[in-house]
Amino acid sequence: MNQPADRADIGTEADTDVRRWRGVAEVDADEAAERMTAGGLGGGSRRLLRELLAPYRRAIQALVLIVVVENAARLSIPYLVKEGIDTGIPPIQESGDLDPLLLIVGAVLVATLVQAVSRNLFLVRSGRIGQDVLFEVRRRVFRHFQALSPAFHDGYTSGRVISRQTSDVDAIYEMLETGFDGLVTAALTLVGTAGILVLLDVKLGLVALLCGPFLAWLTNWFRKESARSYQVTREKVALVIVHFVESMGGIRAVQAFRRESRNQEIFDDVNDQYRAANLVAFRLVAWFMPGIRLIGNITIALVLLYGGYRAYQGEVTIGVLAAFLLYLRQFFEPMMEISQFYNTFQSASAALDKLAGVLDQEPGVPEPERPRDLPQARGEVRFEHVGFAYVEGRPVLPDLHLTVPAGQTLALVGTTGAGKTTLAKLATRFYDPTSGRVLLDGVDLRELASDTLRDRVVMVTQENYLFSGTVADNIRFGRPTATLEEVVAAAGALGADDFIRALPDGYDTDVSNRGGRLSAGQRQLVAFARAFLADPAVLILDEATSSLDVPSERLVQRALRTVLAGRTAVIIAHRLSTVEIADRVVVMEHGRIVEDGSPEELVAAGSGRFSDLHRAWLDSLA
Amino acid sequence: MPDSAGPAPDQDPPAGVHSLWRLRGYLRPHALSMTIMLLASLGGVGLSIAIPLVTKALIDGPVTHHESRGLIGLGLLALALGVLEAVLIWWRRWVQSATVLDLETALRGDLYDHLQQLPMSFHSRWQSGQLLSRATTDLSAIRRFSGFGLIFLITNVLQLTIVTVVLLEMYWPLGLVVAATAAPIVWLSMRFERSYVLISRRVQDEQGDLATLAEEGAVGIRVIKSFGRSEHVSAQYEAAARSLHATSMDKVRLSAKFWTFLEVIPNLAVVVVLLLGAIGVGKGYLTPGELVAFITLMLSLVWPIASLGVILAMAQEAMTAAARILEIFDTTPAIVTGTREIERPRGHVRFEHVDFAFPDAPDELVLHDVNLDIAPGETVALVGATGSGKTILTALVPRLYDVTAGRVTIDGVDVRELRLRHLRQLVATAFEEPTLFSMSARENLTLGRADATEEEIHSALEVSQAGFARDLPWALDTRIGEQGMALSGGQRQRLALARAVLAHPTVLVLDDTLSALDVHTERLVEEALRRVLADTTGLVVAHRASTVLLADRVALIQDGTITHVGDHRELLATVPAYRELLAAEALDDTEGGAA
Ligand SMILES: Nc1ncnc2c1ncn2[C@@H]1O[C@H](COP(=O)(O)OP(=O)(O)O)[C@@H](O)[C@H]1O
Ligand SMILES: Nc1ncnc2c1ncn2[C@@H]1O[C@H](COP(=O)(O)OP(=O)(O)O)[C@@H](O)[C@H]1O
Ligand SMILES: [Mg+2]
Ligand SMILES: [Mg+2]
Repeated sequence: MNQPADRADIGTEADTDVRRWRGVAEVDADEAAERMTAGGLGGGSRRLLRELLAPYRRAIQALVLIVVVENAARLSIPYLVKEGIDTGIPPIQESGDLDPLLLIVGAVLVATLVQAVSRNLFLVRSGRIGQDVLFEVRRRVFRHFQALSPAFHDGYTSGRVISRQTSDVDAIYEMLETGFDGLVTAALTLVGTAGILVLLDVKLGLVALLCGPFLAWLTNWFRKESARSYQVTREKVALVIVHFVESMGGIRAVQAFRRESRNQEIFDDVNDQYRAANLVAFRLVAWFMPGIRLIGNITIALVLLYGGYRAYQGEVTIGVLAAFLLYLRQFFEPMMEISQFYNTFQSASAALDKLAGVLDQEPGVPEPERPRDLPQARGEVRFEHVGFAYVEGRPVLPDLHLTVPAGQTLALVGTTGAGKTTLAKLATRFYDPTSGRVLLDGVDLRELASDTLRDRVVMVTQENYLFSGTVADNIRFGRPTATLEEVVAAAGALGADDFIRALPDGYDTDVSNRGGRLSAGQRQLVAFARAFLADPAVLILDEATSSLDVPSERLVQRALRTVLAGRTAVIIAHRLSTVEIADRVVVMEHGRIVEDGSPEELVAAGSGRFSDLHRAWLDSLA
Repeated sequence: MPDSAGPAPDQDPPAGVHSLWRLRGYLRPHALSMTIMLLASLGGVGLSIAIPLVTKALIDGPVTHHESRGLIGLGLLALALGVLEAVLIWWRRWVQSATVLDLETALRGDLYDHLQQLPMSFHSRWQSGQLLSRATTDLSAIRRFSGFGLIFLITNVLQLTIVTVVLLEMYWPLGLVVAATAAPIVWLSMRFERSYVLISRRVQDEQGDLATLAEEGAVGIRVIKSFGRSEHVSAQYEAAARSLHATSMDKVRLSAKFWTFLEVIPNLAVVVVLLLGAIGVGKGYLTPGELVAFITLMLSLVWPIASLGVILAMAQEAMTAAARILEIFDTTPAIVTGTREIERPRGHVRFEHVDFAFPDAPDELVLHDVNLDIAPGETVALVGATGSGKTILTALVPRLYDVTAGRVTIDGVDVRELRLRHLRQLVATAFEEPTLFSMSARENLTLGRADATEEEIHSALEVSQAGFARDLPWALDTRIGEQGMALSGGQRQRLALARAVLAHPTVLVLDDTLSALDVHTERLVEEALRRVLADTTGLVVAHRASTVLLADRVALIQDGTITHVGDHRELLATVPAYRELLAAEALDDTEGGAA
């Protein structure tokens, strides 16, 4: 097998001791996506942005109109001031006539009010669009992460998922917050002011517009450089977040093994990489912003010189010159805003790129285009020549053939790492087989809608994750519509009712962070109750009772005996006590079925692995 | 003394200037940079005032009086000032970039450090989503304010004051009009501040909640998938996002109103100034050039006043963020290190009248009057029903939790008197949930002993039958994925066991560590463990008779206290409760089964 380029990268890029901790992995989804976008920047982000803004075309047009009005009002003020000076003052000097001045002052007043009203309207409306877009981004990204297969999540890690949904979304938020405002206003001001300048005085106007090419060059330079640096920033912040989330999630092990200082070392390193990446980006801005200002100031000075000269020649009036200078200021103030916006835009497009990369990920287990329905699941599960490998070239299941008839309780035993969990994950379509097919009641799982499948087949995993919320909420996760009575009944059947009632608020007790309020065995019971409540046709239990004491486990078994009547069940367990209720036992070894039969038969055979296991188990009880 | 678990995650502490002020220590090393930034900004302000004055001089002088001499000079002066302004901006930004990033990085590092010190009782209540939003979103709010906001708050206020003074100098009646605008601005800002603080805190909290949901959606993905509840959690997430949307819209509306007023006020002043100024010029009280300069200067105030809105909002967010961060800094680690070390540890562990209650339910004793004496080198099995308190009991030895009464001693020394690092070096635990990290297998193994040699790693892997780790694609350098998801359950458990064994502890705690192993592997592990436990003190939580047999003695824990201690057979014969816990499978299932 040829080694992924990754390994070499790690060797050269960071041979420092601090960075070796991450270890080597297959090129993971995110890094692959990063490589994809590294060449042609911005494609994904622009497409996504267009898509997100599409429903708001109308609203944006309205916004532009509002901005036009606002800016017309705003831009008219210096003009009116000029009028006030040029035409309002002479009548006062000559005849003390205030009327022309009052007229103009009235106009300024009106302009101010129009500006205020349209400004408010604009801020609220553009704010709404921004928030709507943000909501849509959040919604899509969350749903998409939910649709992606566990295989994707295995490699991507939850830290990255969180980073995409927090830090990247924040970057977009920042753009939307300062966004439209700066951009639209500034663009309009630029065009409008340029027009007015030329109208006021062609020659002076052209001198002022000389700055255009320089501005364009500077902006272009900034666009290229900053796009690159913000990409790096996004990656670095994800590293910080991944490390942060993981160390807080595993804080028990961190503290017990005195890992704090090494963790701090690693965190300081990623934190510092993030700082360095940010510094590059910030320093680019440190060149860009004053650059814009420099161009503006030079232009003003030139206009002043040239305008002053022409006023001195009597070719322009003082009023025109004054207006010119006022307009030029108005020309460059928003330039600063544009560049500020441009900066957040660059940062946001890096984030959008990342999100677009995620949204472009095809779910590893795609939904069928035309799903078959399965009116009444009987619960027959068939593996037909199923081959499966997590990593190419290392098959976990070479060629598995197995039929579990409807209603049968099958026990799956075998050494750890034999592939039992893998088989369960194929039956629940966490993964699709590399070859062969998995069938439920004769239908390939790939042709079933995931909702149909999940209704029929439920698995209780070894990772009995609990969500924040109450105990009842967590049990109800199996069937959100269940009443409290049903919840209590499910818990009662498993013998979990006693301990739940003993909790401070009974079923309404908050389970705390990831179920930290409960002991491991209690968590397992809650997870079990959740599966009972879901009431599926096929129930898969993957070592679901491993943390229970024997009496509790027996209670669960008793409950299983009743619950499993008429249902198909696959029970993966090491304790043979768990297996006793099975109709049939399958022993797996290295991804192959090595024994298959009723427990009695297999024990009676006297020489097989199951009977060895059985003997070992009997010994262990002694 | 503050509650050891700190405030609840959703409790609102007061936000205010003082919380931001308390973080000033982080700016102290950057005093020089801050001074440069401030001076550069002030220089910029001075220049933005000077440039219109040059304009005035140019209009009133050379242009009005038709002299060409001053024209070039003044024009070049304007040019020089313009260039200088740009240079000052560059300088400020250049210095600022490094300063604020250092500030943010230092704060984040310290926050992480502090969080690592905080005890389990804190972490079991705070979701990492809430912590994370503090380490990222809140820190950038502070960074933004301390770099940009603070400087501009100072310079804007200064600019406003100076320009007003200049205007008063220039022509005091008009200057008074300008000065009078300060009153409504201050009044408005104060009102705004009050409402904004509430809203921005709500937005920040809701963002934290959303981060928590995002985290749960990611970490719990396998459960969500196996129940087909993606729709359910997505709906939950959307509801939270919608609520954040609504709150943010409140915030948008509030700031829109405020910002609009801030722009209207100076513009209204322009109206008045134009009216009075034009009359003044008409009457000959001031020159046209003066009026132009006056209005130019006034218009230069519109931006600083309007941006005051943004800056105040920024300040408010930074204060809220500081308050949220201080919530964590203010939680003093309830478990603090002692000073003693045991020179030659033998591993004599004693529980003496130990009581334990969780900080959030202090009256509810989870453990009460626990007494247990484990001789050096002895192994004791801890047997008890689910939820009887076994895990908590084992967590008291390495002080993941502290006893609420009584004491735990090692070689006669109260564990609370021991240096924490030393204590945790003496005691290693293999937890019931393996707790692996998405790092290389080696890094996971050497968590407790970074300097372990290859041989030591090798023999630890031997003991726990975890040789598979060497067969991973890149052997021990393979990244094992989050929570070791790329491994089977039993493989994870064996890695966690190897990790504890590798730490070469004096006291080895195994919390039901063999539950996911098949009988065959379990037997191999037990054989190897027996060798390790021969000269190590052991505390082994067990559900199965086979594991119990690892131990020299057994302690039965019932309802939070140890009721019986003795030999396995003896207890089996004399204690019905014990028989029920351990012998039940032998009694019942062999007959019901195949034998
Ligand atoms: N997500 C994964 N990526 C790569 N390899 C995996 C993954 N999950 C399991 N494996 C490997 O597949 C093999 C079978 O694992 P599993 O089916 O979990 O075994 P078990 O029989 O103990 O349940 C193991 O060698 C394990 O290391
Ligand atoms: N963080 C917590 N806050 C409050 N109660 C807890 C917490 N963690 C565990 N408990 C309770 O303490 C009791 C003992 O838990 P534990 O020691 O984990 O049990 P086990 O004997 O199964 O290991 C249980 O009833 C559990 O509900
Ligand atoms: Mg498994
Ligand atoms: Mg426990």
